[in-house]
Amino acid sequence: MDFGLTDDQREIQRTARELLAERARPERVREHAEAGRSDEQLWRELCELGWPGIAVAERHGGQGLGSIELSILCEELGSTVAAVPFLPSVLASTLIEHAGSPEQHERLLPALASGESKGALGVAVEGVAELVVGGSEADVIVLVEEDSGARVMSAAQAEIGASPSIDPTRSCARVSAPADGGEPLEGEVAAGMDRALVAVSSELVGVCDRALKMTVAYVKERRQFGVPVGSYQAVSHRCAQMLLETEQARSTTAYAAWAADADPERLAEAAAMAKAAASDAGREVTASAIQAHGGIGFTWEADVHWLYKRAQLDAALLGAAKHHRARLAGVLAERLSAHVS
Amino acid sequence: MDLTFSEREAAFRDELRGWLEENPPDPKPENGDEAALSEWRRAWQRRLYDAGWAAPSWPTEYGGRGCTPTESAIYFEEIGRARVPLAANVLGLLLGGPTLMAWGTDEQKERYLPPILSGEEIWCQGFSEPEAGSDLAGLKTRAVKDGDEWVVNGQKVWTSGAQVSKWCMLVARTDTDVPKHKGLTYFLMDMEQDAVQVRPLRQITGEAEFNELFIEDARIPDANVVGGVGNGWQVALTTLMNERAGLGFALQIRLRQLLDDVIEAAERRGLLEDPLYADALADLHMRCESIRLLAWKGLSDVERYGQPGPEGSLVKWLWSETNQRLTQLSVDIVGTDVLKAGSDWSYELLRARGNTIEGGTTEVLKNIVAERVLGLPRLKVAA
Repeated sequence: MDFGLTDDQREIQRTARELLAERARPERVREHAEAGRSDEQLWRELCELGWPGIAVAERHGGQGLGSIELSILCEELGSTVAAVPFLPSVLASTLIEHAGSPEQHERLLPALASGESKGALGVAVEGVAELVVGGSEADVIVLVEEDSGARVMSAAQAEIGASPSIDPTRSCARVSAPADGGEPLEGEVAAGMDRALVAVSSELVGVCDRALKMTVAYVKERRQFGVPVGSYQAVSHRCAQMLLETEQARSTTAYAAWAADADPERLAEAAAMAKAAASDAGREVTASAIQAHGGIGFTWEADVHWLYKRAQLDAALLGAAKHHRARLAGVLAERLSAHVS
Repeated sequence: MDLTFSEREAAFRDELRGWLEENPPDPKPENGDEAALSEWRRAWQRRLYDAGWAAPSWPTEYGGRGCTPTESAIYFEEIGRARVPLAANVLGLLLGGPTLMAWGTDEQKERYLPPILSGEEIWCQGFSEPEAGSDLAGLKTRAVKDGDEWVVNGQKVWTSGAQVSKWCMLVARTDTDVPKHKGLTYFLMDMEQDAVQVRPLRQITGEAEFNELFIEDARIPDANVVGGVGNGWQVALTTLMNERAGLGFALQIRLRQLLDDVIEAAERRGLLEDPLYADALADLHMRCESIRLLAWKGLSDVERYGQPGPEGSLVKWLWSETNQRLTQLSVDIVGTDVLKAGSDWSYELLRARGNTIEGGTTEVLKNIVAERVLGLPRLKVAA
């Protein structure tokens, strides 16, 4: 049992942390969020480093690394709420890689891996997907629909209307496609979706981690009644609770990322657990961050709200906690019946 | 990251599991009193001891197997999984032995370790007092030097196994003129003296797992001081750090088993189809898994970096609250049986209330997390 990262993974983490500390400072995120556009310069830098293709196979132009490495990048980007369409793009490439045909791989993955084209993943109901993160700027869109599988299409094949969400650090769109629009992804959609869940959960872990760090720093400094407010147990115990929730999300997400690469049979259960834990943690921890910041936390300038907003979007993305707990209950029931028979 | 066990670890697990299957404990004495139960557990410890399984994490020079922390965790998982009782001298094996190994003199180790391992001498823990619970360092039991002996007066509480114990790990105040953490000394007190009176403490389950100790002019030879006079707080911390290290893995498995039982009951009653119950059970499953993961992650950090990460302080907190939620939910899922006097389920429901208090209350754990993990300032309170 070893939960540690390898030296190479540690290096990826360190590079990402240093780059983003420099290039995704809060004022820069705010600037892009207020302007309602992505940080194209940062996106180009990430592409030069090969980030969008980190988990894409080498023969398709990626780095051929695994879910753990992808998870590391998602976490770091989440913690800075960087205004780049990284997550939506890797969600799309993950689905294509796991559910696409060799021909679709060859045609679509190299440009997604290099960042030359951007992707987005939407969950559709009768051909319409609301709040598709990254949808407005995507070149390639994957739509997943319950009971009718997944299909991939170019932006031109879909009807895309900008539909800003509460989180302006990333664009959102309403995407609709006629029933015969795009081409089906006929492979392992479920396996792709589970890996996509790991990526979203990882971003949420990063969001929680940052919310907790900002809060701890703030309550150590902020004084009321002559003492730092963090010395009051009503405040410090809330911070401890934030850590507990963050670590639950982190441990289940790490397990799911590991399972995606090393033990795919357990991935469905692990990914459902991770998304349930990370979605709950994301909502609770960022809400607590605002509360512990007091009045200042409710202001636009304090930057806590970006984390809250990102957490809200990510928590709902690809199914909220209740949805994944229902899946998990299904796994438990199946396991019982397998045990009995 | 590699969340699998090595071949050596898997072989260790297989060997132990095989042994436990072939060597079950004697049937539990029915309606037995504390003494009968203790005899039963002592016989069980003897069987473990004869096969070299009493304390596998002890170094080989003291009769253990010199297990790695991972193997030791596997040991407790298997003990939990097999639903066998804990050894009679669990406190001596888990707390007393390791404390002596860290702080004891050669003579002390030679004298005390073998009978701890064999179960010949049972140990108990005299730390908490009626007025010193979470604030342990505020304890008042006094030990005064008299020639080459110490004379002890005071009261201890929450002492499990006191009636059957030969030795008590006793922390007493030996100096009242220094700050409270500094005036303490750690003793081994002989329980077989009239000056020590044991009174069972009836708990909300109706049974008496614990006792009160009334100590009136008890005598302890100077040779029974552990770790030096005035150093009791440091020695006690060693004991406390060992308190949850291994046992946590057995408790984690016990929680898993109880959850599986509740899930089965839900399935039988068709409640797994009910979205409200399905949601609650899936949440418990997720919590249970994250307890397992956090416990193993803590251990992995110890093996990798020599110290646990923040997980260490979270596992007990999360475990205790999860066990309470689970046993509470069992009332709704399992049904009236849980509320019937004397049922196993009712015992679990009531016993779980102690989980967030024993071994560090949740409130104290949150303080520890806030101060030591997050580095938040401590509120100055009147001394």
